[in-house]
Amino acid sequence: MSGLRARLAHSPLVQLTRARTVEFLREPEAIFWVFLFPVLLAVALGVAFRNQPPQPVAVGVEAGAHADERARALAASGRVAPRILDRETASAELRAGRLALVVLDGATPTYWFDPTRPGSRLARLETDGALQRAAGRSDPLAPGELEMTEKGSRYIDFLVPGLLGMNLMGTGMWAIGFSLVQQRAGKMLKLFVAAPMRRWQLLAAQVLARFVFLALEVAILLGFAVGFLEVPFRGSLAALALVCALGALAFVALGLLVASRARTIEGVSGLMNFVMFPMWIFSGVFFSNQRFPELVQPAIQALPLTALNDALRAVLLDGLPLAALGSELAILAAWGAICFALALKLFRWM
Amino acid sequence: MSSPALVCRGLVKRFDDVVAVDGLDLEVAAGECFGLLGPNGAGKTTTVEIFEGLTAPTAGEVEVLGERWRGAGLALRARLGIQLQETRFPEKLRVGEILALFRSFYRRGLEPAEALARVDLGEKRRALVRTLSGGQKQRLSLACALVGDPEVLFLDEPTTGLDPSSRRQIWAIVEELKRRGRTILLTTHYMEEAERLCDRVAIVDHGKKLAAGTPAALVASLGAEHVVELETDGALDEAALAALPSVRRVRQADGLLRLTVGDAARTIPALLALLAARGVEAKRLATHQATLEDVFLALAGHTLASEEPAA
Repeated sequence: MSGLRARLAHSPLVQLTRARTVEFLREPEAIFWVFLFPVLLAVALGVAFRNQPPQPVAVGVEAGAHADERARALAASGRVAPRILDRETASAELRAGRLALVVLDGATPTYWFDPTRPGSRLARLETDGALQRAAGRSDPLAPGELEMTEKGSRYIDFLVPGLLGMNLMGTGMWAIGFSLVQQRAGKMLKLFVAAPMRRWQLLAAQVLARFVFLALEVAILLGFAVGFLEVPFRGSLAALALVCALGALAFVALGLLVASRARTIEGVSGLMNFVMFPMWIFSGVFFSNQRFPELVQPAIQALPLTALNDALRAVLLDGLPLAALGSELAILAAWGAICFALALKLFRWM
Repeated sequence: MSSPALVCRGLVKRFDDVVAVDGLDLEVAAGECFGLLGPNGAGKTTTVEIFEGLTAPTAGEVEVLGERWRGAGLALRARLGIQLQETRFPEKLRVGEILALFRSFYRRGLEPAEALARVDLGEKRRALVRTLSGGQKQRLSLACALVGDPEVLFLDEPTTGLDPSSRRQIWAIVEELKRRGRTILLTTHYMEEAERLCDRVAIVDHGKKLAAGTPAALVASLGAEHVVELETDGALDEAALAALPSVRRVRQADGLLRLTVGDAARTIPALLALLAARGVEAKRLATHQATLEDVFLALAGHTLASEEPAA
C-alpha cells in the first residue's frame, strides 16, 4: 500500500490533478456556483412555473334584474367565478383582461367578449353551459372525465436537463479558463515548462480534475430534481454517465481552446461570454429551440450545448438508449476532439 | 580542467526591432557562482532564459552541461534548477503542496521537507501561499528550484524588491549552495550582491559585455582604490582636476564631480587648494572605496540604477 502511495506521490499527473482539485475546493465562490446555484435556480424556476390546478374562469355579470339569479347559477357550476358589476366597470375589467367575458343584462342574456382571446371562447362555453342547465336544459350525454397529470411533461421537467447541460458547460469553461490564465499571468506555466514536466500532463490534469467534480455536480442537481421536484429519470444510469462525461469533455476542450492564448482574466472572461452567450439562448436551456426559424436550425443543432441538452432530455425524460443518441454523441465528440487538438497547437505557455 | 558548465558564444537575441542581447560571450566553470550585473533592460533575463532553454537565440551557440537545447530537453531540465523573476504561486495552495508538486517532476531529488528546511521555510509547510511575505515567497521559489537537487541553478534577480533582512536570508541560502559545489548563474542590479556572492562577474549593458572578472580584479582595473565625490557651486575645468596628484579619472555630471584616485590622502589637500584658488565653494565632499558600481559607471557612463523606474 505504501509503495502505491509513494508512487502516486511521485506521479506528476496525480500531483497536478490534486493541486488543481484542492485549489478549486478552497474557493468558496466556486463551490456555490457549481453545486448550489443550479439547485437554487431549479427551485426558483420550478416554483415560478409550477403547474397549477385549473382555476375557475372569471366572468362578469351586469348588474340588473337578472343579475343575482344568473350569478348564482354560474357559481353553482363550479367552473365559473362570477362577479356582479355595472356596465362601465365591466368594460374596463374586460379590456384589462381581468374578466374573460361579461353577461349583459336582459331577458335573454348577451355574451360580451373578445373572440380572439382563447380564454374568452372557453369562458363562453362554460358560461353558456351553466346558464342553459340552470334554465332547465338536460344533456342527452353525461360523459365521464379522466384527468392526465403525467410527470415528465411539466416545465420543470423540461428545465432540469437544460440546467444540467448549462452547468456542465459553465463549470468546464470557467474553471479551466480562470485557472490557466491565472497560471499564465503569474508565470507558473513558464516555471512548469522550465521544470522537467511533460506539457500534455498539465492539460490532462485539467481534464482529470474536471472529472473529479463531474459526478458530484450531476448527482447533486439530479438527486434534488428527482427526489424533490419529482423529475422523471427514465433512461439508464450508464447512458446518463456517458452523455455527461462526453459533454464535460467537449466543454473542457472548448475551455482549453478559449484560454489557450489569453494573458489576462478580463480577456478570457470576455471570450468565454462571447462563446457561451449564443448557447444560453439557442441551445434550449430555458425554452425549446424549435421556436427559432427553420433556416438557422442546422447551426443551432451543431452547437455542443444543443447536442448535450437534447441527449440529456432524451435519456431522462424519454428513456432513450444510447443507440438512439448517435448524432448528439458524435457532435459532442467532434467538438471535444477538434477543440483539444487546436488548443494544443495554439497554447501559449509563457 | 573540467569542461565549463555554461558556455555561450556570439549570443544575439532580437525582438522585432529591439536587440536585447548583442553578441555575448560567456563561460561559467562548474562549481562557480557567476553574476550578470547590469541595469534593468541590459538583457540579463533574456540571456538567462536562453540558457534555460525557454527562449531561442536569434544567433550564437549555447551549451549547458555540455549539451545543446533540443526539443523539450527533459533530461537536461532534470539537472537544472530555475527561479524566474516574479513567479506568482497559486494563493490557495499550501507551501508543502507546491513542493510536492515540483518534486514529482524530478526522478531524483530532495524530500520536500528537506528543500523547505534549506530555505528556512520548514515551519511554513502547512501555510497557504497567500499568507507568505514577499521574502518567504521568494524563498519558496528557491525551494522549488532546489527540490530536484540540480547541478546548475539559475537565479534571476533573486532579491529584487526585498527588504534588507530578507535579502540577507537569500544571500545565506546562496552561500550554502556555493559550499555544496553547485554552479550558479545569477542576475542582479545590486553591485553589493554581486560583490558578496559572485566568484566572477560580467558587467553587461545594452546586451553587450563591458567587462568580466572577479569583483576584486574589476575594481582593481580602475587603477584606483578610492572615489572622491564633490558637489560645488561653480564649474571647474577638467584639465586642472586631472592634473591633481594621484587622480586616474575625472567625470563630471549634473553638478557632481567624481574623481577616481589611487590615494585620497594625496588628492584631497590639493583639491581643496584648487577650490580655494578658483574661489569655488565645496557644498559636499565625500570619499569611499571603489566598488563595482564605480566600475560600471566608468565603463557604461551611467549608473546601475539609472534605467530603473522611479520607485
